[in-house]
Order: sequence, then C-alpha cells, then structure tokens
Amino acid sequence: MTENKNYIPSFDPSKGIEFGIYTLGDHLMNPHTGKRISAQQRLREIVEMAKLADEAGLDVFIVGESHQDYFVSQAHRVLLSAIAQATTNIKISSGSTIISTSDPVRVYEDFATIDLLSNGRVEVVAGRASRIGLFELLGYNLRDYEALFEEKFNLLLQINRSESVTWEGAFRPPLNNAHIIPRPLRGQLPIWRAVGGSPGSAVLAGRAGVPMYMAHLGGTVGAFKNTLAAYREAASESGYDPATLPVATAGFFYAAEDTLTALREYYPHINEGMKATNGRGFPKQLFAQAQDVRSIINVGSAQHIIEKILYQHAQFGQQRYIAQLDFGGVPFDKIRKNIEIIGNEILPAVKKYTAKKED
Amino acid sequence: MNIVVVSSSKVGVKTQTATKKVVGLIQEHYPEASLTLLDLKELDIVFSDGRNYLDYTGDTGYVTETVMDADVIFIGSPTFQGSIPATLKNIFDLLPENALYHKTVAIIMTAGTPKHFLVAETQLKPILSYMKANIVPNYVFIEDKDFVLQEIVNDDVLLRLETLVENTMVLARTYREIWRQQEESYDF
Repeated sequence: MTENKNYIPSFDPSKGIEFGIYTLGDHLMNPHTGKRISAQQRLREIVEMAKLADEAGLDVFIVGESHQDYFVSQAHRVLLSAIAQATTNIKISSGSTIISTSDPVRVYEDFATIDLLSNGRVEVVAGRASRIGLFELLGYNLRDYEALFEEKFNLLLQINRSESVTWEGAFRPPLNNAHIIPRPLRGQLPIWRAVGGSPGSAVLAGRAGVPMYMAHLGGTVGAFKNTLAAYREAASESGYDPATLPVATAGFFYAAEDTLTALREYYPHINEGMKATNGRGFPKQLFAQAQDVRSIINVGSAQHIIEKILYQHAQFGQQRYIAQLDFGGVPFDKIRKNIEIIGNEILPAVKKYTAKKED
Repeated sequence: MNIVVVSSSKVGVKTQTATKKVVGLIQEHYPEASLTLLDLKELDIVFSDGRNYLDYTGDTGYVTETVMDADVIFIGSPTFQGSIPATLKNIFDLLPENALYHKTVAIIMTAGTPKHFLVAETQLKPILSYMKANIVPNYVFIEDKDFVLQEIVNDDVLLRLETLVENTMVLARTYREIWRQQEESYDF
C-alpha cells in the first residue's frame, strides 16, 4: 500500500450516509411565473437556504463557482464566507472551485480563513469547469485546459500538506519556502476532485488518492457505477485502498407530496434552465425515467426518493449524497418545503438504513 | 419548422449546386418554413477544441447555433478519399454528442463515380446515428456525369431530389407529432 499523503475526511459508517445540498448559484427565471428575482435577492436566498439546511440537520452545504451569464456565484468564496457566518453546524464546501483559473495560494488563504471563521467546517472541491468563458475572462489559454488543472490542483494539495512550500511550475511564479497561512483548524482541509462523469477524470482522482465528488445530470445509476469503478480501480492500482477514499455523488433532486407533482413542478425549471445555460432543454423522456428507481434523477415523493437513494447507495457505496434542488429559478417557498421534507422524512430514513451496525 | 441545408464542400460546385436545388424545392413546396442555407465554402470555421457549442464565436458560433436550432437538416456532402470531407466531420465535432436528438436528417451525396454509392451508408449514417438523428432512410446519390457546369441535367436525379424533400418533410412532421403525443402522455 502507498501512504496517502492527502488529507482524507473521515466518515462514521455507524451514522449512515451524509446528506447535503448544492447550488451552482444559477440566477434564472422561474418558468412558472416568467419572473426572475434580483441578483441581490438570489444571493440572500442562497444564504437563507444554507441556514435552513443547517437547522434541518443536513451535513453539508455546497456552492459552485460559475462565471457565465445567468449565475451569481462568480465570487463563491465570498458567498461561502457569508454562509459560514450565518450557520452553526453544517459543513461548508465549494462545488466546485475552478482551480485551473485561480491561484491555489489565494484559494487556500481564503478557504483556510473561512475554515477558522466557521470553526473548522470547510471543505474544497476543485474542478476543471464545464464551460470555458472564464478562461478568456481571467486571461488563460484554453489550450492549457488539462495542464492548468493538474498543475494547480497538485499545488493546492501540496499547500494543504505543508505550511512551507517550495514549488515550481509552468503557470504560476515559483514558491521558495513560502509560508502559506493561515492554517485551517485541523491543520488541513478536505480537498476533493470534481468529476463530471468522465471515466478519465475519475481515473486521475483515483491515481492521486483524493476523494471524488461526482456530479450527474440524468441517465442510469449503472452508467455512473462504471465511473466509480474506474476511480476505485485506479486508486487500487496506485497503491491506495479504495475503501479509505470517500465518494460523494450529486444531482437533481426535488421532493413533493407525490411523484407526479414533483415532476410537474421541477421539470419546467430544469428544462428552461438548461436551455438558458446550456443551449438545449432537458429531454422529457429522460426526466420521466426519474419514476424508475434505476434512473439517477431523485425527483418524486419522499418515499420514492428514499428508495432511490438507498438503491444508489447499494450500487455506489458512496459516503455522501448531495441534492441540487434549486436549479432554474425554483421559488424560495418550494426550496423551504424541500428542505423540510429532507429534514423530516428523507434524512432520518436514509441515515437509518445506510448506517452500518457494529458486528 | 426550422430547416437547415448544409453544403459541406469547399471544393468545386457540385455539392453547392445540389443543395441550392434542394433549397429551391423547399421554398417552392414549403414556403411557410424557416430556411437557412449554410454554405461552408462561404464560412470561416475553426476546428473543434472541445468547448461547449455556445462558446464559439464568429462563423463557427453561427453555424453551431443554427444547426442546434434546426428541426430538419439536409446534409449535402461531397465524397473525398472515399469518405465525407473533413469540413463536414468538423461540424459534427463542434456539436454535443446527442446534438441531433429529435432532428430529422436527410442526405444528398455527390461523388466522382458510382463506386462511392455506399459512402453515405458506411461513413455518414453511423455518425448521424451516434448523434441520435432521426435519419431519412433513402438518400440521393449524384455523380459527376449528372452535372453540367452548375446544373443537374439528369431528370431522374431531379425527381429523386423532389422525393427526398417530400419524404423528409413527411417524416419530420410525423415524428414531431409522435414526439408531441409521447411527451403529452407523461402528464407533467
């Protein structure tokens, strides 16, 4: 076995799977009303959503970085800092931080600061960006898409391991015994690699021995299981015990009193939101398959979602599930309702049935 | 109905001549349809670098967005080295993997000799299938001797083009109605 020099967050199997919420900070029209709230209101509602998640006993709240039109999460670290102040117990994470177009030193300084302010609740998920507008915006060349990520992600991991860093690379001035402070409460931050479902990216996460955060839109659970298998196999080949490496999965989520109501309410948000941000709507057939337990989309009644998450857990064996329930201008009363359903019904059930009992 | 005709050759005029004929037939028989001709000879398109199709600029962005907004696509393709031209493959490479989902796609192939009759079958249709196109089963194959300068002189070919346009529109309209009924049946 290879010694894993990365800081690996610990999960207590006796408590069952962790449950969280993530928002990409999209700022879109509510298709049911044709109206869009102001950027200020959206930002305040994201903080409020984190507070509700904290109060409902959820484990983690995650905010992604995006520099596209229709988003308010450009300064996601500032937003996470506000969330840190507004919450008490919930873990706070990025999901993801585009490390390719950021300076890992500044990223680390910011997250370590938020970690201290939040009493050690911070995690980082580093990603490569699915859209590339920020490369031009921030002065990077798209030709370096892969190389930028690998170099900067590795530097971020190195900074996490050691306060004093000596480093040289192609995309940032060298560091000569640089003192990178402040240090987080527990000495290191949990740092995950974001994977959008591509096995190649999962293999790189496995080879590096870092936890994997896998996002998914639609499709079968089985398809994503292949990506997970690639991750664990690569980790194993590199000498890491896959059982020690946590995995989080994240995707569309929406609960209502019954499954048809959930589909009716959420589909226009997903379809119109995808059209605005990605150019194309979301195929209705793919969304309708959410009614089948084998589809990865967790939309439906509380009971249906519980069954789906338990099925996914049986297939994936993941340590954490993250719900995206606010995409495409979902009004705040529905966000509140969803968090209530999670806290009152879904969370207790999935934790109970995924908790490993002591032998 | 949003119709796009792609003339995918930068060389010569045969493919251009055939696609212009198709444009004329659509204008004549379906004047209510929105119609765009993308003549790759007239456009300056970069090679795909893997970015989202909305992130391209200039002619490239114009072409990707126009194709993505289409309900019906007529692809006019020459035959180069026993296959489709790189200019056409690049259009596919610029688009997402399921880009042709719920789009009806028809093919008009031009070639120097009849030896290339199966190029559409073996080289083009597999790509269209992979991209989830609703493919019109029969295509029109036009060879060198069917053209004189910038005109198609084989009446048989001209009638086959009329048939292709008609069949494509029937298939597109029928499938649109089928897809509408299918989506309605989901009841959400």
